[in-house]
Amino acid sequence: MTAPLFTEAELYKQLDYLLGPVLSSRRTAAPLASRLAPLPRMQQDFVLHWIEVIARSNYEMAYQFTAAAPAAYARLDPTAIDAWIIQAMDTYDREGLHRGSQIFRQIESWTPIAAGTQVATFEEHAAVLELFVCGLAGRRLKLDTAGEPWTDTETLYLPTHIGTLPTKAENFNIYKILATLLWAQGRYGTFHADLAAACGTYNDPQRASALLSHLESLRLEARIARVLPGIARDMARLRGGSVDRRCAALNAPDASVHDSLQLLAKFYGIMDAPRLAYRTALRTETVSVRDARIKREQGELAAALAELAQAHDAGTKPAPETLERFRINAAATNTDDGLDFELRLDGAPVAPPGKVTQLIESILQDLGGIPDDYLHGANLPPEAHAGEDEHADARKEHEDGVHLYNEWDHRRRHYRKNWCSLRELDISPASGSFVEDTLRKYRPQVSQLKRTFEMLRGEDKVLKRQAVGDDIDFDTLVAAYADLKTGHELADRLLTRRSRNERDLAALFMVDMSGSTRGWINDAEREALVMLCEALEVLGDRYAIYGFSGLTRKRCEIYRIKRFDEPYDDMVKQRIAGITPQDYTRMGAAIRHLTGILNAVDARTKLLITLSDGKPDDYSDQYRGEYGIEDTRQALLEAHRSGVKPFCITIDHEARDYLSHLYGPVSWTLVDDVKRLPLKVADIYRRLTA
Amino acid sequence: MPTKIAPLARKSLQSEVRVIDTEPYYEACGNEITLFEAAYASTLPVLLKGPTGCGKTRFIEHMAWKLKRPLVTVSCHDDLTAADLVGRYLITSNETVWVDGPLAHAVRAGAICYLDEVVEARRDTTVVIHPLADDRRILPMEKHGELLRAPPEFLLAMSYNPGYQSVLKELKQSTRQRFVAIDFRYPDAALEEKIIRTESKAGSATAAALVRLAQMTRNLKGNGLDEGASTRLLVHAAKLIVRGITPAAACHSAIAEALSDDPEMLRAVDEFISSVF
Repeated sequence: MTAPLFTEAELYKQLDYLLGPVLSSRRTAAPLASRLAPLPRMQQDFVLHWIEVIARSNYEMAYQFTAAAPAAYARLDPTAIDAWIIQAMDTYDREGLHRGSQIFRQIESWTPIAAGTQVATFEEHAAVLELFVCGLAGRRLKLDTAGEPWTDTETLYLPTHIGTLPTKAENFNIYKILATLLWAQGRYGTFHADLAAACGTYNDPQRASALLSHLESLRLEARIARVLPGIARDMARLRGGSVDRRCAALNAPDASVHDSLQLLAKFYGIMDAPRLAYRTALRTETVSVRDARIKREQGELAAALAELAQAHDAGTKPAPETLERFRINAAATNTDDGLDFELRLDGAPVAPPGKVTQLIESILQDLGGIPDDYLHGANLPPEAHAGEDEHADARKEHEDGVHLYNEWDHRRRHYRKNWCSLRELDISPASGSFVEDTLRKYRPQVSQLKRTFEMLRGEDKVLKRQAVGDDIDFDTLVAAYADLKTGHELADRLLTRRSRNERDLAALFMVDMSGSTRGWINDAEREALVMLCEALEVLGDRYAIYGFSGLTRKRCEIYRIKRFDEPYDDMVKQRIAGITPQDYTRMGAAIRHLTGILNAVDARTKLLITLSDGKPDDYSDQYRGEYGIEDTRQALLEAHRSGVKPFCITIDHEARDYLSHLYGPVSWTLVDDVKRLPLKVADIYRRLTA
Repeated sequence: MPTKIAPLARKSLQSEVRVIDTEPYYEACGNEITLFEAAYASTLPVLLKGPTGCGKTRFIEHMAWKLKRPLVTVSCHDDLTAADLVGRYLITSNETVWVDGPLAHAVRAGAICYLDEVVEARRDTTVVIHPLADDRRILPMEKHGELLRAPPEFLLAMSYNPGYQSVLKELKQSTRQRFVAIDFRYPDAALEEKIIRTESKAGSATAAALVRLAQMTRNLKGNGLDEGASTRLLVHAAKLIVRGITPAAACHSAIAEALSDDPEMLRAVDEFISSVF
């Protein structure tokens, strides 16, 4: 049975309460109530629900929404209404009240998609599109929304919703085409020419840019057809008819952006870009993003090649002209399929490490080749000298409770003795119900987690060759009988016993408490710890949790949250709740200290698991960048040598660049959505130790 | 009168011994064949590293054929003990009979013994591997009171997938440092295409599309997939296509569903499929 409609008076009362702060004697809820009154109850409920949600961000936005809602219901279908609200709120978050409320008022711009079409929204398809683009590009490209689709070659901007075609699937297809096209712009050299300058020579640069964009999409379609025929088929279908014969030159396998520019010069004013379902824009901002990257990558390539040369020489002699010894032979034809190149050092081919390959591919995509000056006389950054005075009181502070640790200086290739002072501190427990709230929030997941962990624990094993047991071990009995026959002694261990699989495992979780975790990362970390503790209690593995932070080498701090010998009790729960972001991430000392703690535990497998949100960093510039990474790497190598297995769970999207170097290719995992961290950490632990 | 127990067939533990008469199809990706031959000639044991489905097992079959040695394959599992490899006494009617395990049999026969996915085996198996894998080349058979010395024709080979993340499944340094390690990767595009064509009789357009599809899934390794599509999966898909299944359905079943259970990932792989065909 459906609930009765709200009367105008009831609506008035509710609206007056919900929108109170932006109402006045001249602006009352009465007109809003009278317009909402005729709507069906379901829609009334929907509107009231959203007013409440939006009012939490901004009351004026909620008012504007209420005013526009009845008109929206008259014109849009439910999916479109969802998309309309989300877009308005996104715009509000990004650009403020004025632009946000404009979206609520401009329902007309949404009308063309209203007539019985099923809209595809960015929100619902972003995850799949992201994977799709990652598969195409071989690296993660960011996706975001914008009014018109374009790319700065690092982020692909797509519309918030597409409703050009009748069905959801077809509209999603347009998303797919747009994403492919934007990827192809970067991949097949649309930005190899200065497009802004080229369009600027025409009296209507906008019109020129639109036509150029169309010509480029024809050229790219031909390219795409060779690699991704499925997509090209869809493009051709949506375009309708055959390609204008005047543009046939763009079909050539080696057509470049310069061919498009020539055609632009020929047809500007004669031909205009048709209104296609998949139109992309070319924007001037792209240039600056691309230039910044080109510059950055030139430096990175120089540094990476120098490192490669050094490794190659294995420290025999310092060679000043390292770069000149390299040659890169890019394949003459930049094929559709891949970017082929060969790296040579002193005339002999060398296998480039993953990072160098990625850099060279990226540069090849940007520039179409490796310019000569990349390998000549590029100046390496001068060797920076230690900013801190190393003779200063390194040994002085030998107070109680201070541990001194060495730190690895990669430039000198040896340790700085007793360089870091580290203290173990207690976290001040927080009262409150954080743990209970978390458990309530994730109740279904917690019980599922417990079940999976029970399965892991409950793996019954039949132990053979037992002196005491509940069944006869026939294999052993036969062997023993055989032994007896051949004159050996009869063994006494002839029984089998079912037993829980002994997990001789100790895990220490090292939690990043640096200032950068402030806010929701910290919340996610704490929630993750709660879930983890719940799961580990079921499993019975020994575990400890420590937080780390620091401010310069003199103040490295380790926070005790749960020691190995402590039970998971209220005190521990309160400490988890009390984890607050502190300062920086000087990881080396923390790893060395916690390795010591872990090694004091008697277990066959010892795991050091880091929960982190970024690379090692400290207040002083010195620890930032390579120095910090190399020290951390050294600390991890020491841990590894002492029998500890380090593993890292990170939420840093840049992690690929440095974590493989730190932990090795398989000993780390990226959780790319912070919201999923609480659910993922326990799961990763389970996989790691299964 | 005691019931007679039928004598156990001696062959029961040796079913995996094979003499390979016809050449198993294998395309060299690099110098692995010459490396293997050199290692064999120098009586060095060999470790094949690489992701699943990239051709490790096929390679060893090919080499066994090429070197004209019988091949003994042992698929390791987590209950595989040293006795399973070396051998044990069995009882027939009132007498005990020693039965060689596959490893002992391979040593006697001067065969190639291939321990597939060796990390899966129990730790105590390494005890018997070690003396066989260094320059002693002996297999102590404690129970039998015999010390088998491996003839020069014998070769110990094992495979290992370094991509596993589990810390409990790592090869110990003392084991791995006894072996000549050959790294296997997926073949490059042109070669992989040729392999698919030869294995499945698929057309070159289909093979090229499959290779591109594989490349895309391999790009997702670490971004939601533990492994990209292996050459083996591509051959499976190609075989289905040759039998008349539509490419989309064949790839969905042979590749997408084989790679992941995650609905979003399945959709993404399906989008790859619809893009390359």
